[in-house]
Amino acid sequence: MSKRVIGLASLMLSSALLLSACGQSDTETLTVYSGRSEELVGPIIDQFSDAAGIEVKVRYGSTSEMAATILEEGDNSPADVFFAQDPGGLGAVTHLFTPLPDAILNQVDPKFRSPDEKWVGISGRARVIVYNTDKLSESDLPDDIWEFTDPKWKGRIGWAPINGSFQAMVTAMRVLWGDEKTIQWIDGIQANDPQVYPKNTPIVDAAGRGEIDVGFPNHYYLFRFLAEHGDSFAARNYYLRGGGPGAVILVAGAGILKTSENKELAERFLDFLLSRVAQQYFATQTFEYPVVEGIKTDRLLKPVSEVNSPQIDMADLADLEGTLKLLRETGLVP
Amino acid sequence: MTGMGRPVRMSRPPAIIWLPAVFIALIVLLPLAYLILRTLGAGSEVWDLLFRTRTLAILGRTLGLVVAVTGISVVISMPIAWLTTRTDLPFRKVWSVLTVLPLAIPSYVAGFVVVAAFGPRGILQQLLAGLFGLERLPDIYGFPGALLTITMVTFPYVLLTLQASIRGQDPCLEEASRSLGHGPWSTFRRITLPQLRPSIAAGSLLVALYTLRDFGAVSLLRYETFTWAIYLQYQTSFDRMVAAALSLVLVAVAVIILFAEVRTRGKAQYHRVSVGVERLAGNIRLGNWRWPAFGFCALVVLFSLVMPMSILGYWLVRGVGAGEPFNVVWTSALNSGYVAGLAALVTIAAALPVVILSVRYSSRISSLLERGTYIGFALPGIVVALALVFFGANYATPIYQTLGLLIFAYVILFLPQAVGAVRSSLLQLSPRVEEAARSLGSSSWRVLVRVTIPMLRPGILAGAALVFLTSMKELPATLLLSPIGFKTLAISIWSATDEAFFTRAAIPALLLILISSIPMAFIVVRERGE
Repeated sequence: MSKRVIGLASLMLSSALLLSACGQSDTETLTVYSGRSEELVGPIIDQFSDAAGIEVKVRYGSTSEMAATILEEGDNSPADVFFAQDPGGLGAVTHLFTPLPDAILNQVDPKFRSPDEKWVGISGRARVIVYNTDKLSESDLPDDIWEFTDPKWKGRIGWAPINGSFQAMVTAMRVLWGDEKTIQWIDGIQANDPQVYPKNTPIVDAAGRGEIDVGFPNHYYLFRFLAEHGDSFAARNYYLRGGGPGAVILVAGAGILKTSENKELAERFLDFLLSRVAQQYFATQTFEYPVVEGIKTDRLLKPVSEVNSPQIDMADLADLEGTLKLLRETGLVP
Repeated sequence: MTGMGRPVRMSRPPAIIWLPAVFIALIVLLPLAYLILRTLGAGSEVWDLLFRTRTLAILGRTLGLVVAVTGISVVISMPIAWLTTRTDLPFRKVWSVLTVLPLAIPSYVAGFVVVAAFGPRGILQQLLAGLFGLERLPDIYGFPGALLTITMVTFPYVLLTLQASIRGQDPCLEEASRSLGHGPWSTFRRITLPQLRPSIAAGSLLVALYTLRDFGAVSLLRYETFTWAIYLQYQTSFDRMVAAALSLVLVAVAVIILFAEVRTRGKAQYHRVSVGVERLAGNIRLGNWRWPAFGFCALVVLFSLVMPMSILGYWLVRGVGAGEPFNVVWTSALNSGYVAGLAALVTIAAALPVVILSVRYSSRISSLLERGTYIGFALPGIVVALALVFFGANYATPIYQTLGLLIFAYVILFLPQAVGAVRSSLLQLSPRVEEAARSLGSSSWRVLVRVTIPMLRPGILAGAALVFLTSMKELPATLLLSPIGFKTLAISIWSATDEAFFTRAAIPALLLILISSIPMAFIVVRERGE
């Protein structure tokens, strides 16, 4: 057997070396690190690639893994653009970003971009209440997220304290309510024995199965479940009537790395992501909110004008450190 | 006769053995170097975080899980290993293949499956609600769920090592014991069990370390372990310093487990020391116990293999029914198989010198070296991946984000599986044959290629199959280190489940389990045939 095995081994090894030797050409290639999954952003990136005639290489991973990778790579990062799921991920590498030109920044509502002009929001996601439709209807649900501290919600709530969007919502609470009231809210929910999930998806799943009555996810996960299970999936979104931090709209965004040798291409890419085509894609395909004016959203999606979201700058949500300190003190994260 | 005397030592190892061994040891310690570097760069607040009662509590929970998973894996594996190797169990060959296949299921898939099956309002509860009107099941989240999920996908580690060693056992010792008047139970306790001890320990070691480093299952079943806490540092605060400090604690725990396992090895040797023909043990007739034994194997396979596969199948059917596209990801499947195959080859090549050095030229240093290869297996994948991102991007730029570095990562992560399998093979080989070859004038290289390696074939194949299937399902290193745009099945599964596209996850998950099962099934069948 040994000769054949050795033959096979050397064949595989040499082809591996060959493979790694290819792809070294750097003519008109853009490298993107995406904390957003390929299922969501792959099609629109392909569209850019086709339209611009540029090869776009995308590394997909979770936002935190991608941020950690960029930090470890330091000056040798091959990435030109970092496309992150949440402002927290962008904040972690913001010192490695180069300032963006006004032509890009000005397309976006100032509250959806970084104040130091390092990154722009690309699409918006609303914080919502997901509820089980067998047990509740929208009229049973309170105006404000504060009211879930009421003991009548004991054993009925699901949340994901380690999720980036949840933490951004807590930051919004600190901005709008102050630290003291935020701690009271956390303690109040804790007293109601919430189910703890690692992220948004299982919250929506659990609400659909009736494992929980209500949960605090982002709005767009529901649509995936509706697509797979059909309309019988027993959960729906509720946008808090009274607004407040529970109805904040967060952004996924992107920035260009200082070390990029393709800054001009990278700018064209961001410009494309803010174009009508791309914004329309997010509004209809991923059920997210556009960050530029004049885009029609999917009919299933509650129009942004009807969402009572609080006036809050993404910049105000940058203080992740303070939020984590608070979450650690309340024992919500280790 | 098989003896239990002092191990035989040989003179100084030749350079073709110790040079590569030292090189490999240095490579696998790279992650450790990275962790120390990062921890040193951290401020004093790291120590405050580390020395909290909370840290201690998480450590306690982790150890509890490790002990429970390992214990139950041994309890499940012992009877199956014995039944499938030494008895007239019906469909013996089928069971010996099916019982090891759960190893191919990634824990992040098993986690989803367990929640779907046993979670509140899950499949089992709805079934019972229909039959008996049962409203609530005991809570699956936390310890029970994590225990179930991880045991489900790791117990075959013990099973595999046990089966190999029962098969390799010379029946004459047992026969001698019986002829001296010991009953079957006494013989089992005094002769069989002590001989199996090293293989139980070797399999348990892999189970224990896997449990220590698993993230998929514990995060989905919400049981806070140390690895979970490490991931959380990256996820919540992007804090690489605290994560590194926590990882060093994990390394310390792993080192303790590793030395505990060494103690079970003792000084015994397990190969024949005198002339005599080796033969296989005869089959024991189970009699009336045949069908209960059959039922036990069926139950284990039902839980660990049939259930996950059916739930994946159900997701597939349901999603397709709701209009989801049915896309078979052939490129990803090819890529996965290709890169996992390469990883298996390279890892075996790396394991050989380490094993030969530690068994044939046993010394304090050589066994330390062999132990050192286990560190990578005890670390969360993300830690090893980031260590290689750091070294790769900054000090090995030409190979950064190439398949070469990815395979390098697999070697670091999975080397101990190959080392363990090859080692137990070598332990059962008498060094006399190699000595004879050498005395007839063969060079060290020739002895290695012509004598040692061919005789190690069972261990090499088993080790390669293990590395193959764990590389297939590995996620964090694959995500961070593969060439950009290189898609594998594991990446497809992750990408889909992360956004709740369960149908899209079902196809790659089923494919992944099928493909990684093939070499495993092949090896089990082949070994059985002899």
